[in-house]
Amino acid sequence: MVFCALTIFGIVVLIATELVRSSHLTWARFGFRFFFSEFVNPDTKLPMYWDPVNGHFSALPFVFGTLVSSFLSLLLAVPLAIGLAVFLTEMCPRWLRGPLAFVTELLAAIPSVIYGLWAMFVLVPLLRDYVNPTLVKLLGWTGFFNDDNPTGLGFLAAGVILAIMILPIISSLTREVMNAVPGSQREAVLALGATRWEMIRVGVLRNARIGIVGAIILGLGRALGETMAVTMVIGNTPQIQRSLLASGASMASVIANEYAEAANDLHLSALTEIGLALFIVTIIVNALARLLVWAVTRGAPAQVH
Amino acid sequence: MRTGVDGLATSLAVLSTVLVVVPLVAIFAYLIYKGASSLNISFFTQIPKPEGELGGGMANAIVGSGVLLGLASLIGVPIGISGGIFLAEFGRGTKLANAVRFTADVLNGVPSIVMGIAVYALIVTPRMPFSALSGGVALGIMMIPTVTRTTEEMLLMVPHAVREAALALGVPNWRSVLSITVRTASPGIITGCMLAFARVAGETAPLIFTAFGNSNWSVALNQPISALPLEIYRYAISPYDDQHRQAWAAALVLVVLIVAAVSLVRFVTSRGTLKGAS
Repeated sequence: MVFCALTIFGIVVLIATELVRSSHLTWARFGFRFFFSEFVNPDTKLPMYWDPVNGHFSALPFVFGTLVSSFLSLLLAVPLAIGLAVFLTEMCPRWLRGPLAFVTELLAAIPSVIYGLWAMFVLVPLLRDYVNPTLVKLLGWTGFFNDDNPTGLGFLAAGVILAIMILPIISSLTREVMNAVPGSQREAVLALGATRWEMIRVGVLRNARIGIVGAIILGLGRALGETMAVTMVIGNTPQIQRSLLASGASMASVIANEYAEAANDLHLSALTEIGLALFIVTIIVNALARLLVWAVTRGAPAQVH
Repeated sequence: MRTGVDGLATSLAVLSTVLVVVPLVAIFAYLIYKGASSLNISFFTQIPKPEGELGGGMANAIVGSGVLLGLASLIGVPIGISGGIFLAEFGRGTKLANAVRFTADVLNGVPSIVMGIAVYALIVTPRMPFSALSGGVALGIMMIPTVTRTTEEMLLMVPHAVREAALALGVPNWRSVLSITVRTASPGIITGCMLAFARVAGETAPLIFTAFGNSNWSVALNQPISALPLEIYRYAISPYDDQHRQAWAAALVLVVLIVAAVSLVRFVTSRGTLKGAS
């Protein structure tokens, strides 16, 4: 039993050593510059990052793509997730609570590739035909939305589908920490003549805020590593563009696209190094999130889901 | 004024709930609509036709998914259950158990594609090309943290009185754990395994470069093998309408499997034999 429990440490060590071992070629060649450098294409004079044939590798556009799509998804998902959690824990009639909680649980259980399938055939056409033109018309002057990408694939599509995917995680953990706030806190605030919203804001959200931050970070961790749905809608072009409607690529998407048919050993090790970076970042993000959530729910009775 | 703010906040919360439920309903409705109209007998009995030809099915992918999930369960279930028993029974409250629990939670958040790379580096390069075995190992490793944590949670739901009753009869602790506590919690543990099973059933990313996919019949462990999620991905990005149709059919089959497992878990945890346990 102890041995089996220890396998969990073993797995972490195994992943780490395997990733380090098979990415040393890139590390030896580029070092930290792998994540920052850019090359200039001698023919077009444009910046260039990823050229497996000539051995130029820089992870910059992928890091950029991962960060942009993840933060975009947080921006969309966090208000909705907290709103949903507030509704479910504080406002919802009892008969509706079970079914709604179940529905959000189902959202969490749908495989990534099916979200991707739906996004490709429903979300992307919707964005391309209606949302993107509107955004360009209204907000085109900011420079964040311009219409030189007619496909609909891009950061915005990736951000929206990621938001739908991380919503249930953020919301269910937020619900858990809000449930952990003792009822006496609520009663005390209500006794002072507060309205329901004031009770939620002062009595619940303020007490649960550390745990809610933890839930958001956990959602971020999921968004950073999400692969299939993003790969299917982000457009897979290693470029850095200011426009959110432009197509791009993320760390996970480039691995999914190129790993099975890598051109040479250096290419393979460059992709592995991106994977290693993803591994380290998600370990840190998840550990942080768990600690924050634990800090709030530790005293509360144990719950299943 | 204050009641106005209260009303505004309430309506915002209701609005966000609606905004969450709408995409889910949209996804399910569209999936059922597209999937049901594309499912037919040949989907379950035939193997894929060459690209661009009409017809064919995913029989090999269904069998392939079965083989991969069988392998994954062989690895993930025994290790996961034993780990969970350790956490809940033998190591409860110890530093080691807390560290294991924490690591399991963190491991759950590691992207599946990273697992795929690690398994690729471990198995694929030195020994053999893309194979069913490497895919099964990748999925099995991913099952371990989920099975461990659900097993632990289910065991903690067993009332203390049951353990005390066993110990009062003079049964040694290990015996009480194995034949009383674990047995009482077994419906929960089995459904927990099904939950992990359902999760890895839809995993695609690590399979792309471990199991790789195969458009012919193959159940050999040292050969590339097909899997439902892989076929969904491959068909979704293909240019042919007929393949899109089959991707939707496969997606429906996969989702029905997963929803059934998740519903079962919920059913057992809410009103199973463990009712009244604290």
